[in-house]
Amino acid sequence: MTEPTTQAGPPAPRRKGERPGRTGGNVNRLGDRKKARLEELAQASAGKGGVSLFRDAMRRLRRNPAAIVGATIIALFVLVAIFAPLIAPHDPVQRFDELTSKLAADNIPGPTAGFPLGSDELGRDLLSRLIYGSRQTLFVGVLATLIGLAIGVLLGAIAGAFGGWVDNILMRVTDVMLALPALLLAITLVALASRSSQWTVILAVAIVNVPIFARLLRGSMLAQRESDHVLAARALGVKQRSIVLRHMLPNAMTAVIVQATLTLSVAIIEAASLSFLGLGDPDRDRAEWGAMLGDAGVRYFEVRPELAYYPALAIIVVALGFTLLGEAMREAIDPKNRR
Amino acid sequence: MSLLDVRDLSVVFQRRGEQPFTAVDKVSFTVEPGQTVGLVGESGCGKSVTSLAIMGLLPKRGNKVSGEVLFDGADLLKLRRDDMRDRRGRDIGMIFQDPLSSLNPVIPIGVQVAEVLERHQGRDRKQALREARELLDAVGIPDPDRRLKEYPHQISGGMRQRALIAIALACKPRLLIADEPTTALDVTIQAQILTLLKQLVDETGTALIMITHDLGVVAGLCDTVNVLYGGKVVERARRHELFAQPRHPYTHGLLNSVPRLDSIRGERLHAIRGSVADNIPWGEGCAFAPRCDNVVDACLEGPPPLEPTATGGDLRCNNPVSEEVAVP
Amino acid sequence: MTERTRPLVELRDVKVHFPIKSGVVFDRTVGYVYAVDGVSLSINPGETYGLVGESGCGKSTLGRGLLRLVEPTDGEIVFDGTDVRGLKGEKMRQARRRMQMIFQDPLSSLDPRQSVESLLLEGLKAHGLANDKAETNRRLRETLEAVGLPASALTKYPHEFSGGQRQRIGIARALVLDPDLIVADEPVSALDVSIQAQVLNLLKDLQGERGLTYLIIAHDLAVVRHISDTVGVMYLGGLVEEASSEDLYREPMHPYTKALMSAVPVPDPVVEDRRERILLAGDLPSPSNPPAGCRFHTRCPWAQPTRCADERPALREVTTGHRVACHYAEEIAAGRIRPHEVEPELVRPVDGAAPGDSGELIPTP
Repeated sequence: MTEPTTQAGPPAPRRKGERPGRTGGNVNRLGDRKKARLEELAQASAGKGGVSLFRDAMRRLRRNPAAIVGATIIALFVLVAIFAPLIAPHDPVQRFDELTSKLAADNIPGPTAGFPLGSDELGRDLLSRLIYGSRQTLFVGVLATLIGLAIGVLLGAIAGAFGGWVDNILMRVTDVMLALPALLLAITLVALASRSSQWTVILAVAIVNVPIFARLLRGSMLAQRESDHVLAARALGVKQRSIVLRHMLPNAMTAVIVQATLTLSVAIIEAASLSFLGLGDPDRDRAEWGAMLGDAGVRYFEVRPELAYYPALAIIVVALGFTLLGEAMREAIDPKNRR
Repeated sequence: MSLLDVRDLSVVFQRRGEQPFTAVDKVSFTVEPGQTVGLVGESGCGKSVTSLAIMGLLPKRGNKVSGEVLFDGADLLKLRRDDMRDRRGRDIGMIFQDPLSSLNPVIPIGVQVAEVLERHQGRDRKQALREARELLDAVGIPDPDRRLKEYPHQISGGMRQRALIAIALACKPRLLIADEPTTALDVTIQAQILTLLKQLVDETGTALIMITHDLGVVAGLCDTVNVLYGGKVVERARRHELFAQPRHPYTHGLLNSVPRLDSIRGERLHAIRGSVADNIPWGEGCAFAPRCDNVVDACLEGPPPLEPTATGGDLRCNNPVSEEVAVP
Repeated sequence: MTERTRPLVELRDVKVHFPIKSGVVFDRTVGYVYAVDGVSLSINPGETYGLVGESGCGKSTLGRGLLRLVEPTDGEIVFDGTDVRGLKGEKMRQARRRMQMIFQDPLSSLDPRQSVESLLLEGLKAHGLANDKAETNRRLRETLEAVGLPASALTKYPHEFSGGQRQRIGIARALVLDPDLIVADEPVSALDVSIQAQVLNLLKDLQGERGLTYLIIAHDLAVVRHISDTVGVMYLGGLVEEASSEDLYREPMHPYTKALMSAVPVPDPVVEDRRERILLAGDLPSPSNPPAGCRFHTRCPWAQPTRCADERPALREVTTGHRVACHYAEEIAAGRIRPHEVEPELVRPVDGAAPGDSGELIPTP
């Protein structure tokens, strides 16, 4: 249909500014049934809406297999930690006669009836100790990250919101902290505390992560301060306090939350490393993966390498879980991936 | 034989866990030697994806490219990766929108031009640099001797775009693809670059595909114009015919919605209602139907075909703007 | 201009200079970017003043300086009889209700975490205008309707809208405070061509309904001419020409305006084929080191020896209501001076680009 034969009446003379189709006549050429269909199609493309950025990111997260794997590992790990007493077949501290009786300098009993993974170097049930170890790992990892996050966010927000010399001083301090290797700093801190305990480990790992959070938040705050929507809020006449609390901080925190997830895996490894080096909790009864690896794993590696393999595997898998989830989160909140 | 014959080119983006999206939908057009062809449309119409597909620059993963791109009779889509790389730069040059990100920031301008000559024409470095100097001079870069040694960040946006044109033209390609080459530039610089392109096309006889959203740019430059909407060509016409008598309601609306420098002031602009978000899939009818004032029943009964017009163009519309009223 | 109304906005010799800092530990000011260097203009109530110029000319900075989103270095800004630069802290914040801004990029200027409702409420709350819930609700709906958005938009988030709709949200946010002046910085340049007309028409309609005064800042001369009553052309921090929209198009007097106008492409091959372009040689000089004398003399095809390079021309009224900053405006208009070739000079890109001007690169459509 190249000729508009359907047009009613003679063609109107062309007037400047007069456009075809702006007169109602054309629209009537669309039948009612088709009109309804058009609206239906329009509605389908409009979508439901009201989806906040967070929910949008969550939706993308759920579609990412890496996120699913990471979240599953973490969920299992947390469940195991919470229900350890129900899951573990034995008391992790108890030494069993049937195991100790077989212990020798060159023999640590492997799996036997009732002890699926066999014994550890003192005749305790290895599986139960691994299960209980998740509690310690979760506790230390989460607490260290949270403390680091809290202090880091506070310092970063102050530096980012105030700028000037406050910012300068805080950032120079974090520069110094960042210049030291994390583990070395943690060892120094543990050494400074006269007696090592799980709290020195937590504090050491937390402090190591403070500058990372502080710098990250400060950087995002500065970027937010220059952003158009903060300028827009200023133009509206929004109070400075409200701009910082409602615009800058929440937007800047997104990156920090992602970092916190990634930091959890680092914190778990760092805490395990400290325990491995014997700088952790001196209580040998308390099951801890890093300590299990360091104490028995290394000493009896020739006799029974599983003593090293199992805790090492546990640390790696849990750290991997947090890394996978963190990376997937980073990807999900990236505006470039928004469709 | 046409220099470039694009036949039924389609690009489908297939992202994991998402609906496949047809960015380019059976686009066909030809470019004759020495001709300037415009691909015009708004964001998301598929104009840039078309050019990337022609150049074989789309990432292999997540895209399905089909159809034929015949350059001198040979299908570029069937070429091996190495052969295609040889073709790029030698037979087909490309200019991008953002000259800063298209140039390597750590290599001097002169060397970047010379490297193309070394690679495709087998020149030695000394000879290549001498030719690079001539090229910079030809694209209107003042004091080319000094510019040879400078880095991209040391020169202005307009000069960078000139340098990029020099690189694209280094091997005297028979086809040049310019993707929004002036969009990032100021008006006075845009005028310089457009004049330069026109002059180079005249002098070297290279064919040019001009990709732009700006109808003004097309008006002064292109022999034939393809208007794209929703991944399909909706209207194709020679320059004068298209602007004198836009037949597709979209083309017509586009021309009437831009304020013109020479229009009567204060006149209300005739906006096209809605946005590309209101498109319906081509499978359901004409993608433009929800925004179209000329919509009729047939528009919702499957995609209208691209049919030749009396004036030698092509048109994809069931109820085009009548010739009497089409004059803007 | 026969009747003399009191202008709503008056700028007198406004300057915005940005220090260029350098140094490892302690920042040291090594120079200034003269983003805006002495601009005087006035805008009458209910009128639209269009400010046009290329990137780096200082037009955005001037707009922001007027609203004190960047602090002017010198000069006087009078808004409805009040000296804006004299307002301190809380007073300034309260004064912002009456002078609002629309931004170029509607997505980046809307906080992505806030729903449309909370975006619109924010300004109202900041000015204590959201006390009566029913009244506030009515006001939000009314504003949305005015900008052509459905009430259902309230619960949605910016990223769920198309570009044109987002710009409508941006306009609604400014409008909800019932301002007198709206400064619109490139309000349509980030939008698709077919959408630009919608937004321009909307701005025009709103002005008619509410008697708004606009300062429209744009690089697109056709857009500015279409919507403005008066147009000011800026080059390197200064106003080079100011005239009514018709006059400016009919008879551009400043060489830069002539060049700018001849460079704008017209979507009409018949016009394009016949047009003569005044091609400017080279690029914009750096605003941190502007040329002495007339800032345009380095690229001006009409530049005359010594005077243009020695003496900075003042903006003077050449014909009624038509102000031009050129020593030879009359001679050029009468054809007594002919254009000549200009050798392009080496120009460095702006070292310390003015912060306000960074957004002027036209984004990819």
